[in-house]
Parts: sequence; C-alpha cells; structure tokens
Amino acid sequence: MPVGSSSWSFTEDDFSQITRALERFLTDCNARCALLVDRTGQLVATVGDRPNFDPTAFATLTAADFSANDQLAKLIGENDFNSLFHQGEKESMYLADVARRVILVVLFDNRTTLGMVRLKMRPTVQELTHMFEQMFARSAAQAGSAPNILAGADDEIDKLFR
Amino acid sequence: MSMINYASREINCKIVYYGPGLGGKTTNLEIVYGNVEPDTRGKLISLATETERTLFFDFLPVDLGTIRGFKTRFHLYTVPGQVYYNASRKLILKGVDGIVFVGDSQLERMEANQEAMQNLYDNMAEYGYDLTKMPFVIQYNKRDLPNASPIKDLQAALNPGWEVTDAAKMRVISDPYHAGENLVEQLPSGEWVERAQYFEAVAVNGDGVFDTLKAVSKLVLKALA
Repeated sequence: MPVGSSSWSFTEDDFSQITRALERFLTDCNARCALLVDRTGQLVATVGDRPNFDPTAFATLTAADFSANDQLAKLIGENDFNSLFHQGEKESMYLADVARRVILVVLFDNRTTLGMVRLKMRPTVQELTHMFEQMFARSAAQAGSAPNILAGADDEIDKLFR
Repeated sequence: MSMINYASREINCKIVYYGPGLGGKTTNLEIVYGNVEPDTRGKLISLATETERTLFFDFLPVDLGTIRGFKTRFHLYTVPGQVYYNASRKLILKGVDGIVFVGDSQLERMEANQEAMQNLYDNMAEYGYDLTKMPFVIQYNKRDLPNASPIKDLQAALNPGWEVTDAAKMRVISDPYHAGENLVEQLPSGEWVERAQYFEAVAVNGDGVFDTLKAVSKLVLKALA
C-alpha cells in the first residue's frame, strides 16, 4: 500500500446493515431518499426512491459542498459544520457528518418537515457512526494481512491497458 | 483513497490533474469524455467561472475495464490552476490515489510550472502524502507550439528525480515509453535517482491524453495489487 493512500472496503454484510438502518430511518421520517457519500466523493449507498439524477455526480458535489463548508467553518472559528441544510421550493436536502469520513444526505419533499427529518436523523447518525467506526477499525487492523483481491493481478492489469 | 465495494463489485480510485493555470487540465478531461464509449463514462461536471476558468474542479467518472470481476472506476478531477485558488485546490487532493501533473511547455510558462509543482508538493505534504511514493506521472502539454521548451529543459526543471534511499530499489529501470532513458538510474556523482514517467501531449488534438491516463491508472491499480 503506498504511503498516503489508505483504503477501506466494506462487505455485503456491512452493506445490508447500512441499508437496513437507512430504510428504517426513511420510513420513520417519511423522506424520499437517502444517500451515503464518502468524504472523497464516492457514493457508498443509495436507499429509498431511485434518484432521477446522476448519483455519481451528486456524490462528488456533496463531498465538495461539505469540504468547502468545513473551510468556511474554520474561517469563522468553528471546527466544522456537522450538518448542512439546503432548502428548495419543493425538494430539500439535509446533510450530516458520519464518523468524520462519510456524509449522510437525505432528500425530502413537503410530505415531511425539516424538524421531523432532523429529529429522526440524530439516532440514525449515531447508529451509522458506530457501524462505520467498527468498519474502519476492522479495515485498519486487516491492512497488510487481508487477502487482497488484486494481489498477483499484475498480468491482468497489464492486459487491461494493452 | 481507493474504495472497494464488495456489494456492487467496484474498485473506485481518484486521479487528480494538477498544474499551472491554462495548461490544459480541463482539456484532458474533455478529450477523455469525448472519446470513450458513452456507457463507460458518467457526466462531465465543471464548476467554472463565466469565462470557463475552473473555479473549484472538473469531474469525470470513467470505467476502464474489469479485473478479477471488479469494475475499475476512476474518478478524474482537475484543480483550478490559478494561484489564488489554493484553498479549493487543496480540498480536491483529499484522498487522491494518483496524480497527473499537466505542465505547459511554453518557455514563458516555465516559472508557472515550477510554482505549481512546488505547490503540489506542499499541499500533498500538508495531508501527509509523499508524492515520491505514489502513482505520479507528468504530461508536457502544448508540444506543437513554436515556443515550446525542449523536453530536457522541462525534465531538468520539473522532473529532476528524487533520491532513492532504499538499497533494494537501487537498480536501473528503463523508461518503457522512451527508448534509451531510465526511470531509475545512478548519476555520475554516485547518487541513485528516480523520476516520474513523463508524456508529451497536444491535448487539444488528443495526442498523449490517453497514454497519460493509461499510465497513471495502471500505476494506481498496481499500487493496490
């Protein structure tokens, strides 16, 4: 593993655990859709109504939005803003930090309220934070010893770029 | 920071195109966007000013193929080259897996190139990343212009090589893309140095764009293997 490029991975079990927590949350607060985005801009999971936009682009812009706001927070003497709210005429979104590595984005319309989303979000964020911290701890502990799916794939990589 | 998603069987990696303003970083992405199959790429996102100068970043996701049943998905980013956008430039480097430095070959841009390279080293160091230990390639763009500096001058200024201290790495490695040149070699002074791979390009015509992308992607995947 090169210096400075720490990786993390998650299994199908992790994925279904995350999905279940988010589905429960969406039912509780009547929001439309929830996305989990890694701080570097990669989409981790989408739950609820299938978004009718490009989720990859959405994930990248979400991470950039959060990063830019982090810097704004520092300029005014705050460490960070752990949640952001963007209000639209019909659709709104609420973003919250999870374990300092992931961002939970919730899209909702006028079938629910910001107060309700915020209320139900708190325990969900706590639950997800716990899950991700365990996942990161596991990734860190396994670093170097875990079977690497690309180990010995040099030939295959060469072939890809021939 | 590469992310392996076993649920969707994807390997996601982040590549950042860095370099001085107006050097051709955005053009590289536009050429990639225009020349790959539409079903292997996503949308090209540009956060630019009204005069099409990059304000925050450009972004393009591309799939480069499948390895061991995992889709290799590369997220390509450019940074704003203008000096005063350093805060946003630094944000984009977060979690980067591979870097392409797009240098402007024009003689009068030499200083801007050097400043951008120094800025890259500084910003990487602030994240605790060591550029000399990661997938890193250099593209000398605008080779078609009459005022382009000779490659050896650009190499001397931007890619003089870093010292190899690990004895195991002190062996000559030839440059697969340039006959007669080496990536790792011993200088007459006895010191061992390693240089980044470099490519000549005329990005507006597409020349060298894919060679650069392939080289950096390969280095990124090999770093994971």
